[in-house]
Amino acid sequence: MATNTQIPVADRRAPVIEPGHSFSTIGEKISNIVLKRPISLGWVFGFFVVFSLMNVLLLALGYLFLKGTGIWGITIPIGWGFAIINFVWWIGIGHAGTLISAILCLLRQSWRNSINRFAEAMTLFAVACAGIFPLAHTGRPWLAYWMFPYPNTMGYWPQFRSPLIWDVFAVSTYFTISLVFWFVGLIPDLATLRDRAEHPLTRGIYGILAMGWRGSARHWHRYETAYLLLAGLATPLVLSVHTVVSFDFAVSIVPGWHTTIFPPYFVAGAIYSGFAMVLCLAIPIRAIYGLEDFITMRHLENSGKVMLATGLIVGYGYGIEAFMGWYSGNTFDAFLLWNRLHGPYSAWYLGLIASNIVIPQLLWMKKFRTSTFWLWMISLVVLAGMWLERFIIIVVSLHRDFLNSSWGMYYPTKWDFMTFFGTIGMFLTAMWLFVRILPMVSISELRTLLPEAHVHEAAEVEK
Amino acid sequence: MNDASTYGLMAEFDSAQELVAAAHKTHSAGYQKIDAYSPFPIEGLADAIGFHKNSVAFLVLIGGIIGGLSGYALQYWVSTIAYPVNIGGRPYHSWPSFIIVTFEMTILFAGLAAAFGMLALNGLPQPYHPVFNVAAFAKASDNKFFLVVFSTDPKYDGARTREFLKGLAPRAVSEVPS
Repeated sequence: MATNTQIPVADRRAPVIEPGHSFSTIGEKISNIVLKRPISLGWVFGFFVVFSLMNVLLLALGYLFLKGTGIWGITIPIGWGFAIINFVWWIGIGHAGTLISAILCLLRQSWRNSINRFAEAMTLFAVACAGIFPLAHTGRPWLAYWMFPYPNTMGYWPQFRSPLIWDVFAVSTYFTISLVFWFVGLIPDLATLRDRAEHPLTRGIYGILAMGWRGSARHWHRYETAYLLLAGLATPLVLSVHTVVSFDFAVSIVPGWHTTIFPPYFVAGAIYSGFAMVLCLAIPIRAIYGLEDFITMRHLENSGKVMLATGLIVGYGYGIEAFMGWYSGNTFDAFLLWNRLHGPYSAWYLGLIASNIVIPQLLWMKKFRTSTFWLWMISLVVLAGMWLERFIIIVVSLHRDFLNSSWGMYYPTKWDFMTFFGTIGMFLTAMWLFVRILPMVSISELRTLLPEAHVHEAAEVEK
Repeated sequence: MNDASTYGLMAEFDSAQELVAAAHKTHSAGYQKIDAYSPFPIEGLADAIGFHKNSVAFLVLIGGIIGGLSGYALQYWVSTIAYPVNIGGRPYHSWPSFIIVTFEMTILFAGLAAAFGMLALNGLPQPYHPVFNVAAFAKASDNKFFLVVFSTDPKYDGARTREFLKGLAPRAVSEVPS
């Protein structure tokens, strides 16, 4: 939480916030991006590109609703394909936002204050993208509400013993709580924007959103309790979400899925790809909007360290999978291991090992951790690698069924690719609008990082 | 004693330190109905104005209990009474598979109770509040700190309270029209 943060003195690392800032300059600098900064040609051009990409998604989904999932490359034995790969990939990316906002808050990591806002926004947009896939994959998305328990004339109820129903609850709870957490964090900043806005319409809109927040000491007291409790609730929630996603696999009896390592290995992988996405977005955003004072090298370096740590956990997961394939003595598990290394998708598996395990080891070196270029490149590699991981888990496990007569190959169609790249367009469109509409760094939390935000007991008594 | 057209008196300060000290003094001078305003949370400020405990945590507990119980009860009722499905002879009341939804519902209800409970206890959304009538108060979300003594306070007296607030060395003291 904000109040227990301090700026480290005589620290060799980069500061959390560059010197020379006051309460006012923080508010000014962040709110000016929203209120004063003119719309640049670059922004418009970029928006045109990402918005066009989002329309590709609408096209792909429109055709899907017309024709059905037959337009995708999914066939038996590979019934899950791109839809579930992308679902798991996007959900995983979302995890970093909650990790930064909730877990690092509980651990009193003050550096999180400058990146939590846009990481949380990233979570919301990523979960929204993720939600599209299982919905579209049902084949009849207009009946998706059947997954929720509600009284109906069919006398039908959901099957609560199914991991797929657990997933509905886990993901919808995750989205709701992330949204609420994000909005609660925004309220004081919306009040700042309301008070700084000059145009009556802007002031009115931010005024309505700020709901009359006036910074009363009583309000702050309840606010801080609520924020801390939300962080405490979001922490087990974020760990549970990818655990439940991994149950979709682990509860089945498919070789390569039916393992107990899946929950922790999925959660680590989620945080891994999530931090990669945070870096991928933070590095260009801080350069374009001149936020180097608030998102310093310290933040980038710490994110790199988190990536390195979670990447090693993922590597351990791969190792255990391989070890168990051999040690279990189970023919099907042993075949899966052999098939990953020598089967038709072996190039993809080696690509996965290279991008998730080998290349990120560069982060051991400070030179790479403190170079924006290298961090950005490694993040892209990890994002691609984590997508490959889900591809390997889903396609390689499914394409060799127990009987040779049920073997097959997976060939994604252009509609699969359009849907996937379309969601990237949707994600970036939302980010594009977010940075210009809402304060992308938390103003009130950043202010608490300044030394003058802390009242010293001695001075209090003396007065 | 009470003036209907006045909401209270507002003193403006430059730093968090000054505000906390002034709030302490005002509270110990016997003023009960006071409030302090700051652009960010200040540790100890709520204590200084005599506000020590809030009931957000209690609401979260209630929310969590309701969410968990109703989540489990729903699954029990659906799986054993309303729509029993025999899968491989497993018991209808297969509680281990109900844990996840119960957990998610606990978190969902507790989280919503935290956010909406906080807003409700704070009386938000509130479209109108008299403190905004003071022009300088726009800085309450920027870099200024305010202390208000409400006119409903039994010790409130227009002239004397103003003198008292001036004695705290504020930047300015202004009247808040209601």
